[in-house]
Amino acid sequence: MADDTVLTHIWGGILAFAVFMYVVMDGFDLGIGVLFRVFAVGKERDTAMNSIAPVWDGNETWLVLGGGGLLAAFPLAYAVIMSALYAPLIAMLLALVFRGVAFEFRWRDPAHRGFWDLAFTGGSLVAALMQGIMLGALLQGIHVEGRAYGGGWWDWLTPFSVLTGVSVVCGYSLLGACWLNWKTEGETQAHARRLMRLLAPLTLAAIVAVSSATPFLGNEYFERWFSMPRVLFTAQVPLVIAILTWRFVRSLRRDYELAPFVLTLAVFALCYVGLGISMFPYLVPNAITLQAAAAPASSQAFMLVGAVLLVPVILGYTAWSYWVFRGKVAHEGYH
Amino acid sequence: MFHDADALLLARLQFGFTISFHFIFPAFSIGLASYLAVLEALWLRTGRALYLDLYKYWLKIFAVVFAMGVVSGIVMSYQFGTNWAVFSDRAGPVIGPLMAYEVLTAFFLEAGFLGVMLFGMKKVGRRLHFFATLMVAVGTFISAFWILSVNSWMQTPQGYAINTQGQFVPAAGWLPIIFNPSFPYRLVHTVIAAYLTTALVVGAVGAWHLLHQSSKDEAKHEHARTMFSMAMWMAAIVAPVQVLVGDAHGLNTLEHQPAKVMAMEGHFQSHPEGAPLILFGIPDDEAQRMNYVVEIPRLSSLILKHDLDAPLAGLDSVPAWNRPPVEIVFWSFRVMVGLGVLMLALGAWSLIARLAKKLYDWRALLRFAVLMGPSGFIAVLAGWITTEVGRQPFTVYGLMRTAESASPLAAPAVGASLVAFVVVYFTVFGMGTWYLLRLMSRAPQPHEPGPANAPAHAAGITPAPALAAAKEGGHGG
Repeated sequence: MADDTVLTHIWGGILAFAVFMYVVMDGFDLGIGVLFRVFAVGKERDTAMNSIAPVWDGNETWLVLGGGGLLAAFPLAYAVIMSALYAPLIAMLLALVFRGVAFEFRWRDPAHRGFWDLAFTGGSLVAALMQGIMLGALLQGIHVEGRAYGGGWWDWLTPFSVLTGVSVVCGYSLLGACWLNWKTEGETQAHARRLMRLLAPLTLAAIVAVSSATPFLGNEYFERWFSMPRVLFTAQVPLVIAILTWRFVRSLRRDYELAPFVLTLAVFALCYVGLGISMFPYLVPNAITLQAAAAPASSQAFMLVGAVLLVPVILGYTAWSYWVFRGKVAHEGYH
Repeated sequence: MFHDADALLLARLQFGFTISFHFIFPAFSIGLASYLAVLEALWLRTGRALYLDLYKYWLKIFAVVFAMGVVSGIVMSYQFGTNWAVFSDRAGPVIGPLMAYEVLTAFFLEAGFLGVMLFGMKKVGRRLHFFATLMVAVGTFISAFWILSVNSWMQTPQGYAINTQGQFVPAAGWLPIIFNPSFPYRLVHTVIAAYLTTALVVGAVGAWHLLHQSSKDEAKHEHARTMFSMAMWMAAIVAPVQVLVGDAHGLNTLEHQPAKVMAMEGHFQSHPEGAPLILFGIPDDEAQRMNYVVEIPRLSSLILKHDLDAPLAGLDSVPAWNRPPVEIVFWSFRVMVGLGVLMLALGAWSLIARLAKKLYDWRALLRFAVLMGPSGFIAVLAGWITTEVGRQPFTVYGLMRTAESASPLAAPAVGASLVAFVVVYFTVFGMGTWYLLRLMSRAPQPHEPGPANAPAHAAGITPAPALAAAKEGGHGG
């Protein structure tokens, strides 16, 4: 039994890693999509899109691993969460359809480039918004009856979930602007910097708002954050975020190129740790624990072999692919 | 938990609709990725620019197909949970790990090397680029391996136990689950179908340009000839193999899912002394009988049992609540087989034309090849419908009914999402198909450019489109 518990926690960790990888990798390219219409038609937009064209597909694969991994390791949670989040999930999937094909279609059909640019922005915006809304809907709790979702099909929509939705849009946009600041030069880079100055305070405000609202959702979140001696540990999270924010402001002033992107990712990582503190040991707050949702040890062990062997290899060739396309993206053909 | 019949029907329609659309893209990209690997290998071996031109020509088409496959595939990976929650909960411990392996071994591999394949030729050098193409091709095959293993387990489940929560769990290791009885047959049959589908498209594009180019344009003509010839070899060799494999797959189905074969054959009644092969007829599920039958006596027994007098049971031997809908399966099976026969004919005709040394000039053959261009897709879908609808009324054959697999969703929710899927898919993939046709309508030519507007990075060397654009006097932004 003890082994099963360890295995289940390992899988909880692997899935948390997969979802975080998704946020790290698709966050900036969704963010670039959200900001896309702000950029001038022509070289600004082309550069922005070219900076992510070779990697977006790999980035989105982490989303598939998140879904597939949840089905495999915690089938009950997969079943309950996916039916509870039906509407936002379908909206996200359809948004990703528009956004994904726009990468190819906008070049194939110059006459309708405007339409596909709009599809790219709209798709990215809706996908990011829905991801944030789903996060909020999960945090605020899901009504479970027996082994199934027991709520209605609009339960996910609350002021809190809208707040988390808007927050994720802000955060992804900031990541996108930081990525462009790193990968581009000249006018596009200058434009990205202006956007960073606008988006950074918005994102910080969003983090503060969500963090302040979460402990009051009930669901024992208050307890998990503020009871002694936990608070000695949990208090470090906002503290480190404050330090990172200060470093971020400094890196902006000094026109650093890579640092703002890395620092923003670090802030995301801390928010993610905060999320873990709120949720653990539940997968569906106050309803389904990791343990209760777990697939049998034989299923989890079989997949663990694959994950341990393959995830490092995947990270290896993903890194190689990023390395191949390293450096600044030129505006036009590089002559 | 409630089961609203309308919600169930809508959920089934939605799953059928989204998976049918999705299936078209991998059916093409599995074959096309391998074709690209062959073209690049030929280029590396012979150094002939012709092969590189063809590679770049089909690479642009591959990029569009692959993008549509990816976005429609992500939908599938979540739809098990959104619409089939009870199935996901109960079958997840068995099929989940196989699907997770698909992501880990195939999706990442394809996605990881796709960027280099599309945009990296000048950055990584020929050999490494060929390696990237190979990895993408291998990835598409591995993906087929796992997902067809999952599908086959749902058709012919084995190696499971049922735990106290009612979940299917592995009973004796994973090999019996992965290599369940119908899997080898389904895998070979489906992968060959993908190759054949691609060959038919490539052949049709080649034939189209042979028909529409003046033979004075020798250089262009050679590209079209090479494509057409390669595709016709493929059709001539693979179509007959597919007939044999399909026959073996059918016998396997007879052993494990006899009711499906009864539906395919239109055998409502049992035939104790030799069953006829029904060529045509109108099945009536209501009355459980065939109308207006055209049949050949005893041939079905000969095909299925290799004995003219062998008795064959009909659907009257299956309880009414376990019968698949014959009206769909009977027809989808005939569409698949009929197209298969036409593919066989195309392959044979091309061999005759080759012997007569008029492969590129026999206009009737070229026109037939153009007409057969989309036939692979139709056959693949018809085959898919045959096997999936033939599995009904079960999701896990004989063990879990479709009616008890669905999520507890209200009909309006599923209805709204179904409408959204239909509108979005027809718009987006309709335009995608239009772009594909437009790419194909342009003939491949010497110095074919790569995917347009490939990203140009300061760290790299000039990408092909920039060169091409520079030649045209424009600029490559």
